[in-house]
Amino acid sequence: MTALTDLTIADARAALRKKKFSARELAEAHIAAVKQARPLNAFLVETPERALEMARESDARIARGEARAMEGIPIAIKDLFCTDGIQTTAGSRILEGFKPPYESTVTANLWRAGATMLGKANMDEFAMGSSNITSAFGPVENPWRRRGDNRPLVPGGSSGGSAAAVAARTAMGATGTDTGGSIRQPASFSGVVGLKPTYGRCSRWGIVAFASSLDQAGPLTRSVRDTAIMLSAMAGHDPKDSTSAPIEVPDFEAALTGDIRGLRVGIPREYRIDGMAAEIEHLWQQGIAWLKAAGATTVDVSLKMTKYALPAYYIIAPAEASSNLARYDGVRFGLRVPGESLDEMYEATRAAGFGAEVRRRILIGTYVLSAGYYDAYYLKAQKLRALIARDFAEAFKSCDVILAPTAPNAAFAIGEKSDDPIAMYLNDVFTVPVNLAGLPGLSVPAGLSADGLPLGLQVIGRAFDEGMVLRVGDVIERSAGFTHKPAFIAGGHA
Amino acid sequence: MALDKATVARIATLARIKVPESELDRLAGELSNILTWIEQLDEVKTDGVEPMASVAEMTLPMREDEVTDGGAPDKILSNAPQQAHGFFLVPKVVE
Repeated sequence: MTALTDLTIADARAALRKKKFSARELAEAHIAAVKQARPLNAFLVETPERALEMARESDARIARGEARAMEGIPIAIKDLFCTDGIQTTAGSRILEGFKPPYESTVTANLWRAGATMLGKANMDEFAMGSSNITSAFGPVENPWRRRGDNRPLVPGGSSGGSAAAVAARTAMGATGTDTGGSIRQPASFSGVVGLKPTYGRCSRWGIVAFASSLDQAGPLTRSVRDTAIMLSAMAGHDPKDSTSAPIEVPDFEAALTGDIRGLRVGIPREYRIDGMAAEIEHLWQQGIAWLKAAGATTVDVSLKMTKYALPAYYIIAPAEASSNLARYDGVRFGLRVPGESLDEMYEATRAAGFGAEVRRRILIGTYVLSAGYYDAYYLKAQKLRALIARDFAEAFKSCDVILAPTAPNAAFAIGEKSDDPIAMYLNDVFTVPVNLAGLPGLSVPAGLSADGLPLGLQVIGRAFDEGMVLRVGDVIERSAGFTHKPAFIAGGHA
Repeated sequence: MALDKATVARIATLARIKVPESELDRLAGELSNILTWIEQLDEVKTDGVEPMASVAEMTLPMREDEVTDGGAPDKILSNAPQQAHGFFLVPKVVE
């Protein structure tokens, strides 16, 4: 029999309803898995009592025939989501010990759908990073290893704890957030499915803000169907977020018809970048062949401004971050380092509370917004953003979805790339443009690198067309038949 | 653009982050590298392009100007590093 922790959400949902096992048994199996996987450092807080209490309610509901969409499904929550009474740090020393007196809309939606909470997942500090090494509470280890090489690898980031938790079979799904690739890149590095929905699809209320015009919450799971199930539970209009879209949430699972006959798949020529590994190019061609075999046609499209997306992003995101992070001042919550005056207290608190990457981005953001430089940097970046969004709008006149790699490389070792910020930023070259344009993007595990690490393909869609993105992702998943498993799996039943 | 130490010190003050004198040189180098890389944007002509602040194609919704939440001073103060009599405490600001 398949271990309970190895099931997909869809399978567990069916088995729970047939009473093949209880929500309590499912929760207990995952609580044990979380404990076993502690060496990965994927969780900052474990909430086993909360999980069991929620499972009790789920069992009662199932017994009454009132099971909800995610009844009894154990999940991890990225530590960027405020959870009522449970420590929420955003991976930062400055929020250590912070217990929000409120619940984020997305997590409240998940609990209302019956999901059970295993704990809070580690992440890059304030979601600023692509490797999870900027977390103030230590890096997360990727459960995957290179073939014949036991060095610990990064899980990607910033949602690295979420991706590792799902890949290691400690959680059936996890929430993530994606400002420049923070769901899709760790999904690709860790061999799981990750979706960044359209900007406005999920409420940002109660999520610690990084760059408000780019931040978007989404799920990480082990199948495209599970992503559809979890997105349906997370999404929806929320009056508390003025940028939350006042539109209906469709049944995303119903979109998984397997039928993509006649679909036009755009292949952006500018995504063939210098220095991209041959195996990434090969995987991309493989993806094209799968979609053609399923009846789709391909169209050459041009996203001319691709090259400028990263530098534009590294103006816009730090600028917004420098404003959003002004609230961490040692007065109302979090760390306080005493000072003689109020200003000294602010300066000492923020110096001690923020890590190197966060300080760097706040300083860049402060500089580009400062008097005399606003037009040269911030306004210029906003104009580039308009051109990037226009590129996508043009491309979608001749195609229905765009297929691209998720990341230019597989997972790297902890410690590699960490001394050059720009080399680290390049991890997000294929994901950042999608955030700037506010579009949905899905990463699906599609193959292995030469040294045995997972690689993802990315499907990008029109705004609010997650259904189509998931349909194409489902076809890729079926074609790829990706059944490889990481070196470390909780329970060791790989 | 190359930032000098004085500029880094000025931005650090604006951002209210204490940076020791001994770190200014290194930080000036790091930030200058990033800014130089960012400046490739100058290759693109953007005259007449409308800057994009947000992708949300909607006007901000209006609602009645009334209290919808609140009345929970204990909750609001529950994470304060220092508090007394229902207020946040900070170092003395007026002599």
